[in-house]
Amino acid sequence: MAHRKKNRNVGIIGIGQTKHSSHREDVNQPEMIHEAVSAALTDANLTMKDIDCIVHGNMELFEMVHQPDLWHTLGTGAYGKECIRITTGGTVGMTIACASDNLVASGLYDIVMAVGFEKLQEGHTTGGITNMADPLWFRNLQTGALTGSKAYELISEFGEERAKRASMMYRIIMDKHAGLNQYAHRSFGLEFEQLDDLIKSSPKLVGDLKLIEMCSQSDGACAVIFACEKKTKELSRHPVWIRDHITVHKEEVFQIFGYHKDYPVLQSHRFAADQLYKRNNIDKPLEYFDVFEMYDPASWWAVDWLRDFFQLRGDEHIMLVEEKEIMIDGKMPINPSGGVIGSNPIGATALIRVAEAALQIRGDAGKHQIPKPVKHALASGFGGTMWTVLMMLEKELNWQEADNGGILGNQR
Amino acid sequence: MGKRVAICAVAQVKNVPAYRQMRFQNMLLECFESIMEQTKVTFDLDKGIRNIVTCSDDVFDARTISNNGVTDVVGAHFRGEEKMAQESINGLGYAMASILSGHDDVILFMGHCKESQTESRRMCTNLAFDPFYCRPLGMDFQNVDALQARAYMEKSKVTDEHLATIVVRSRKNASRDPFARENRLVDEKEVMNSPMLADPIRQLHYYPVTDWAYGMLLCCEERVKEFTANPVWITGYGSCMDSYFIGDKDLASNFSLKNAAQRTFARAGIRDPRKDIQLFELCDHAAYQLPLWAEGIGIADESKGGAWIDEGGPDSYNVNLSGGQLNGNPLLLGGAARAIECFLQLRGEAGKRQVKGAKRALAHGTYGAAGQHQAVVIMEI
Repeated sequence: MAHRKKNRNVGIIGIGQTKHSSHREDVNQPEMIHEAVSAALTDANLTMKDIDCIVHGNMELFEMVHQPDLWHTLGTGAYGKECIRITTGGTVGMTIACASDNLVASGLYDIVMAVGFEKLQEGHTTGGITNMADPLWFRNLQTGALTGSKAYELISEFGEERAKRASMMYRIIMDKHAGLNQYAHRSFGLEFEQLDDLIKSSPKLVGDLKLIEMCSQSDGACAVIFACEKKTKELSRHPVWIRDHITVHKEEVFQIFGYHKDYPVLQSHRFAADQLYKRNNIDKPLEYFDVFEMYDPASWWAVDWLRDFFQLRGDEHIMLVEEKEIMIDGKMPINPSGGVIGSNPIGATALIRVAEAALQIRGDAGKHQIPKPVKHALASGFGGTMWTVLMMLEKELNWQEADNGGILGNQR
Repeated sequence: MGKRVAICAVAQVKNVPAYRQMRFQNMLLECFESIMEQTKVTFDLDKGIRNIVTCSDDVFDARTISNNGVTDVVGAHFRGEEKMAQESINGLGYAMASILSGHDDVILFMGHCKESQTESRRMCTNLAFDPFYCRPLGMDFQNVDALQARAYMEKSKVTDEHLATIVVRSRKNASRDPFARENRLVDEKEVMNSPMLADPIRQLHYYPVTDWAYGMLLCCEERVKEFTANPVWITGYGSCMDSYFIGDKDLASNFSLKNAAQRTFARAGIRDPRKDIQLFELCDHAAYQLPLWAEGIGIADESKGGAWIDEGGPDSYNVNLSGGQLNGNPLLLGGAARAIECFLQLRGEAGKRQVKGAKRALAHGTYGAAGQHQAVVIMEI
């Protein structure tokens, strides 16, 4: 749990998102947001009259709109409402989910709607990300979010062939998942037989990071409605409960990814997972969670981060991928939605992780619904200089008693 | 609202036209070290600061994810950090909510803005408008403020002379604040002869470009004694968003401020702000806004802003004894500056501008053209 007992429980009662696409030239920003907001309200069977506060988030310099919540009032429905805007970079979608949880739990508001969006077509994404770096020290070195360092690390540790195949295997699995998701931006219909060809043919971006392995830049929006326990029980037939969340940032230094196995750099993902599981008495996260919606900006990072998020050792994470246990019907389904490699409207991306994890718990994910019951879900956000936000979602409000013990590590 | 949240300590650098010798990281570090010194707070994972709320802006910093540049100097290395990407007073409201939720006991709230770095703050605020209709027209906060000023002055019989007295008073008040921007004292005649920026707003009617940074430590009621013997309590916060297009709203109506104030008063248990609140700090980045916001929060009668100035309303209600935003704070941080002044006054640490017997204060912040978004915080001892 957090510092103290949560003041009151918070549930997710409405979820909406747009079709994610490279070009939404048919709508402007507020119109695109309006699509997601309308979908979330319809999903919750509410109208704007029921919403007490809107939490808005994205990154201003991608579209070059200053304090866009002002203009976006036309699409968010914030007119006459309370409205705040909180941002943290790539993690922003997860941050507005955490903020919404805090705002409802505080007792200030009964129903809060988080709205994340990005229309990356209207700016220059890699330029925008590069502009994050310190203008004196790092900006001339940064290449947006493109980095070959994770590929270098994995190749150093596991050998070139195994590492490259694991990364491409992950990529193909995500492509298959995205093909099941009607909202996903990209799905090429990749097959496992193409694995070796793709390793050879996909153009390299930086080092061994290949074009096919990198996330897209998308236009899209997502809205999620959070309510207090009383309202959730009144309004929702299949609520999803927020159990806990944690945010971990790191300072801006250029050795953030670690370059030598003898000098490991403490990773924020591992640190966040350790802290979160410890305070929630979870010993075996790989056993506990039924699904993980991970912010996976590139397949190399994704493969490596599985080890951090699930507290794995050695090559356990590589084996999960190699044995296809991360597929929708596997032991630990990762991103049944297709993930960030499938769709990446950055300000919405991390909120979509929460939305998709919640849809899995509800059983409402349609064609990409996991074919086994989902009780416990994990969602992650990634941004900044290796920043992490993690959120745990539960099907039952009384999650500890709902489980039979056994796999749950709360007996100690 | 149930439990209370305390502000245990505040820190700030002096408001200046330009900190050429310091980057914003240095400005924040000074505030950070002061908070650490005052409170002895730690970053212990069980007992200390686990989450930091910052306030800054990507456009004013010309930097994507502006909080990325401050992670280390606010102590967020392997701790949480969330940026209020809106007027700073909302960061205070959000930090309060984070503590009331039970998720955190202690929150560090820090903000920075170097307006001097921008080529033009009008270029920045022009970007707050949609690129299709309003931006090409050249709209920015200054010239839309002028439209609001004209509408409001007509409605409430506020004259150029009234605005001059507001500016003269602001600078006089600010001269008693060691952290205020050092501006030359002026007389009414000089104000009325200052160049016209956007009719009816003159140069001296508008806040000057300012660099500033601040820090505050907030804590839950149960643990306040660990950090201070003299807490100031936040007992209410509320906000409201008005519509976007200028033609869609009555610019002189105070729609969003009235809503924000009423929501806040209800949460803080305030029935009559004139009787229940002894000190007011309003975000008047242009002179006409002082009586306009005073009407909005209910200490001046509706449509009587001009008469309120004539009758000495600002002094009888202890409004903007700090000089207000008009004397100079960064646009983004006006609300935090107001809250810090309320904190110092309530603790009896306001020096030459100290009022006696103030138990409850109101801090206000606004952002957007013509006050589109408004927020109010109530602080008490």
